[in-house]
Amino acid sequence: MNIRLILKLAAIAGVMTAISLWVGQLAYTWMPVPASEEALLVDHLFSFLTTLGTFIFLGVAGTLLYSVLFQRAAKYDEGDGPPIEGNLTLEIVWTAIPLVLVIWIAGYSYRIYDEMNILGPMEHMHGGAAIAAPLTLAQSTDAPEAPEAPEAIEVHARQWVWEFYYPAADVTSTELHLPNHRRAKLTLTSEDVLHGFYVPAFRVKQDVIPGRSIDFEFTPIREGTYRLRDSQYSGTYFAAMQANVVVESSADYQQWLTDVAALSPQPGLNPSYDEYQVKVENRDNRPGWKTVEPAPYPLVNYSGASVLPER
Amino acid sequence: MTEISIEALSPNREQPVPGEPENWPRFFSFSTDHKVIGIQYIVVAFVFFLIGGFLAMIIRGELITPEADLVDRTVYNALFTMHGTIMLFMWTFPVLNGLANYLVPLQIGARDMAFPRLNAVAFWMVPVFGVILMASFLVPGGPSQSGWWAYPPVSLQNPTGNLINGQFLWILAVALSGISSIMGAVNIVTTIIRMRAPGMTFFKMPVFCWAVMAAQTIQLFGLPALTAGAVMLLFDLSVGTSFFDPATGGDPVLYQHFFWFYSHPAVYVIILPVFGVFSELFPVYARKPLFGYKFVAVSSFVITGLSAIVWVHHMFASGTPGWMRMLFMASTMLISVPTGVKIFAWVATIWGGKIKLGTPMLFALGGLVNFLFAGITGIMLAAVPFDIHVNNTYFVVGHFHYVIYGAAVMGIYAAIYHWFPKMTGRMYYEGLGKLHFVLTFVGVNLNFLPMHPAGLMGMPRRVASYDPEFAYWNVLASLGGFLLGVSTLPFLLNMISSWILGEKAPANPWRAIGLEWLVSSPPPHENFAVIPTVVSEPYGYGKNEPLIASPMASTELTSELS
Repeated sequence: MNIRLILKLAAIAGVMTAISLWVGQLAYTWMPVPASEEALLVDHLFSFLTTLGTFIFLGVAGTLLYSVLFQRAAKYDEGDGPPIEGNLTLEIVWTAIPLVLVIWIAGYSYRIYDEMNILGPMEHMHGGAAIAAPLTLAQSTDAPEAPEAPEAIEVHARQWVWEFYYPAADVTSTELHLPNHRRAKLTLTSEDVLHGFYVPAFRVKQDVIPGRSIDFEFTPIREGTYRLRDSQYSGTYFAAMQANVVVESSADYQQWLTDVAALSPQPGLNPSYDEYQVKVENRDNRPGWKTVEPAPYPLVNYSGASVLPER
Repeated sequence: MTEISIEALSPNREQPVPGEPENWPRFFSFSTDHKVIGIQYIVVAFVFFLIGGFLAMIIRGELITPEADLVDRTVYNALFTMHGTIMLFMWTFPVLNGLANYLVPLQIGARDMAFPRLNAVAFWMVPVFGVILMASFLVPGGPSQSGWWAYPPVSLQNPTGNLINGQFLWILAVALSGISSIMGAVNIVTTIIRMRAPGMTFFKMPVFCWAVMAAQTIQLFGLPALTAGAVMLLFDLSVGTSFFDPATGGDPVLYQHFFWFYSHPAVYVIILPVFGVFSELFPVYARKPLFGYKFVAVSSFVITGLSAIVWVHHMFASGTPGWMRMLFMASTMLISVPTGVKIFAWVATIWGGKIKLGTPMLFALGGLVNFLFAGITGIMLAAVPFDIHVNNTYFVVGHFHYVIYGAAVMGIYAAIYHWFPKMTGRMYYEGLGKLHFVLTFVGVNLNFLPMHPAGLMGMPRRVASYDPEFAYWNVLASLGGFLLGVSTLPFLLNMISSWILGEKAPANPWRAIGLEWLVSSPPPHENFAVIPTVVSEPYGYGKNEPLIASPMASTELTSELS
């Protein structure tokens, strides 16, 4: 192990570190724009994992590539290589270092999960809104017109439509509206099979289990319209079970609730049912098998759009 | 005992004639010869690989555009369900059983498996449950459309109301597959424990046998849970019990525990023999001993042990409390340690060797690199906060296809090419083999790498349609998929034409060290005229020491001449 070799290896390690850090920064761009407190935490974790993973990949794959390119047998060389059977120190080191690494990664992930505090099934409900909020929550800047402890929005999942009910305002819709910078509290229920409540922009997901009522929380931080998708396969029209999530200022949110409460109930969004009608009337001439019938249009005050608005 | 002739022991037993590939009818018979059964498994499994692959081509055809415009949604859902089921139960498990069946007795110096007739029964169940599974396409209501996991309550919804429906046939096929696998596991584990040649202690046994034993041990403790879950599901579906149906007091999450308690360890059943293949091939094609042989051997069993306590990582977003998610995150992260040991050992084996890039080596190297990538995304998935975001998205689909196709299937191809001369007595065409490798390696990366960004951006899995923002990644993935379909053609051409017309193979075309290379290609019916006594550790490249106590030169010459 002479000085020149050590310097060469150090230089290579330096270049690998630089590339890994750069790829770690790129990792943020592979995710949707972070729209919740939880998203910021998850994106940091993902960037950290990507940096580490890049370093390991470059190291191992790079070594292999060097070997395959420069350590090939000469054309008529049918001899054997050096009879090296092992090296106990090296083997212990390459068992111990990954062990330490995964303990580090697990510890970091545990802290992030704790901070996210999205609750989920069987979680002990902390009384009061303040305790449920993570410590690093950015303080809300708009004047608090909303009630101090917003009550839970009911999310009803059924094959194959999402329905949202706001108990205080007595409003039903097929589009989820949430106030910005406020802890969103949802109660997830399913009327038939397993579904999955998944909003990629928020980085949150929870399977909705029939027969249980699951409390779920997160904190939006960015106004905009995002997609809610069913993530747990739920049958024929599973892919069509999507809805829009609109995050707006507290003032706009309150205004929306008030305006919409005045609207009389009408059939809400249900693309699955529309598609099913096409199949039943055989207007698409595509053979298929018998399916569970989609639930009919829910009666809502406000239906919302079926696709994301044009950017 | 030695005075009674073989014929007198069982006069009606058919003796396959050794060294005669032209005696092809024996491959369609109820043979008890492990070499015949091994090839039967491999060929039948490959037919199902092509069927499952064909379904994948339709899936990628649907997904090349955002709308569900190619096939009806019910058909698409049946396609991905059957694709997964066929690939796992009809391709990977049987083909690896076939490789193990063929190689283990030869590698440990035995004449056959411990239970030759049980072996044949276990094989012949495969076409039976294969036919049952495929028959589900023909019943009213079509095949199972609940995914290869068959989660209730979806799997309990029975739109036609018939007793014999696709889901029923699916459960029956999977249960039979479990029984066949348990038979195979009992056989292989007994064979390895009881029938090793004199002198072959466990630490003189090739790593492929270690890996297979570790994998089959998993089958023994895991399959009962799956079978139990499947039986309960069948009762809920057909008879009206309430194990899992929430409408009548059952718990759907309980099914998930039963299912994943087996199905997670099952993935190690798939990858461990492939690890064994890598451990066998790298020493041969780098002409160097396997680095850290003992660590590599033992790590197989560490993986077996850990594999039993990680299953909840498939349920991080399900009905699991936070403490359970954290516990299983820890255990899942741990399993990367013995796996890392193997990867580093293989790199150290190759490093400083005299590398020859034949087709088997190319596939093994490609498999190793793909596995490295998959392992890294696997550690990411073990981190609960990240998994909450990508669970049930294409990120997971990309990850496991890198493992299954990128590592396992490429490893299986490497094994088939490497042992093809031994099994058939013919050499394959190297040019076609290299073409096959290039198409496969490019195809795997083009098909499955784009799935990762699609998943990160929030594209769920099992969808027949998706929002237009995901179109770009899906087009790339579909092109890769079609390339993979095409890549099977040079392989088929190579295998069929080589078996019929290939150059005759010597006993040891790769000058490899191992008991299987001491006998002719193909081996005589009873494998070894005299059971050898093993005197040294495996992979003695560069050491010039004999593997066995007395050379088998005379036997080898005799069988070569016959």
